[in-house]
Amino acid sequence: MPAQDEHGLEVAMGRMLQIGVTIAALVVLFGGVLYLKLSPSPRFDYQRFHGSPTSNENIHMLLSGVSHFDSQSLIVVGILLLIATPICRVIFGVVGFTLLRDRLYAIVSTVVLLILLFSLFPGR
Amino acid sequence: MSVLVFTIAIFGTSILAGLLGALTGLGGGVVIVPVLCLLFKVDLHYAIGASLVSVIATSSGAAAAYVREGYSNIRIGMFLEVATTLGALLGAYLTARVSGNWIGTIFGFVLLYSAWTSMHKIAEEKASLIPDSLAMKLNLRGSFPVTGGHEEYVAEHVPAGFGIMFIAGTLSGLLGIGSGAVKVLAMDQVMKLPFKVSTTTSNFMIGVTAAASAGIYLSRGYIVPGLAMPVILGVLAGSVAGSRLLVNTHVKTLRVVFSIVIVALGAEMIFNGLTGRL
Repeated sequence: MPAQDEHGLEVAMGRMLQIGVTIAALVVLFGGVLYLKLSPSPRFDYQRFHGSPTSNENIHMLLSGVSHFDSQSLIVVGILLLIATPICRVIFGVVGFTLLRDRLYAIVSTVVLLILLFSLFPGR
Repeated sequence: MSVLVFTIAIFGTSILAGLLGALTGLGGGVVIVPVLCLLFKVDLHYAIGASLVSVIATSSGAAAAYVREGYSNIRIGMFLEVATTLGALLGAYLTARVSGNWIGTIFGFVLLYSAWTSMHKIAEEKASLIPDSLAMKLNLRGSFPVTGGHEEYVAEHVPAGFGIMFIAGTLSGLLGIGSGAVKVLAMDQVMKLPFKVSTTTSNFMIGVTAAASAGIYLSRGYIVPGLAMPVILGVLAGSVAGSRLLVNTHVKTLRVVFSIVIVALGAEMIFNGLTGRL
């Protein structure tokens, strides 16, 4: 396999990660500014663990929150984009190694992708 | 403390944690979790939740630069990610089974170990140059740029390295950290990969490893937007600044000072964990 193509895949992965993090951080920042402008009170109690799932459980609730510029929903979307970034990198691996005709590593990347998907949707 | 003051205080502290993490090479997570717990009295579960997402940000943000230099090995990284993501699933599962005091105690020991590795640059052993048949079969080799050409390397002791990576993943999922120190141990010391290849490939793997626990953390409610927001932005800003500083300044004294800080944090985590205060 030509080393050049392989380095091309690496550079593409690196750039993709950089873009993903930048977009995610900007969304978190935007949500954060709105969050501080409205300064919800009383402050969430971080000292005791409440154990309620993050308000992203319901995708409809999240989307409706985003459409109303709800600051916390926007921050959650930013966090989800952040989590999606390395997952996209693994998808890049599956596609890239397939294109490079490296069957072994196309399979290895697919296994990693399946573990990640399983972790995101447990019991589904 | 009002929301604004609290958020700014967390943001400022996270910048310092990111800076410290980048300069010591340990990553921001290992610093921000004890600081949130000990200084801000944040519940351990919220602390590791916020830390985990900040770890994804710093790993992904730094990867672009490393990849361009040509040191990180995406094949070795991808192969070992099978172990770290499986470990991360186990670790994230265990966070609900193990008490906060135990998690804190384990965290303290990981801090002490991390500080120790950052102080002692272990002398690099020359690889034995006996081709490892499993490594050859799996194509776990590569080359990296040196002055006047390229140097070739092949991984050794693949099963042992894979096993330690599983432990690294478990610690990452249990503690909400990148566990870069353990990943480097597996690649540098066990698999006998060149040090620079080990550190950059470890950084490359941290984001994927952390992503494997993130779904479980979200569904358990460990990740709260109001806390995660200043932590993500602060740690990211701090680590970007830290990696710039690394290029420009002589950091040996800083490293020693920071290692002492990390030892102190580790000791306090162990103390609080053993006395049931977490």
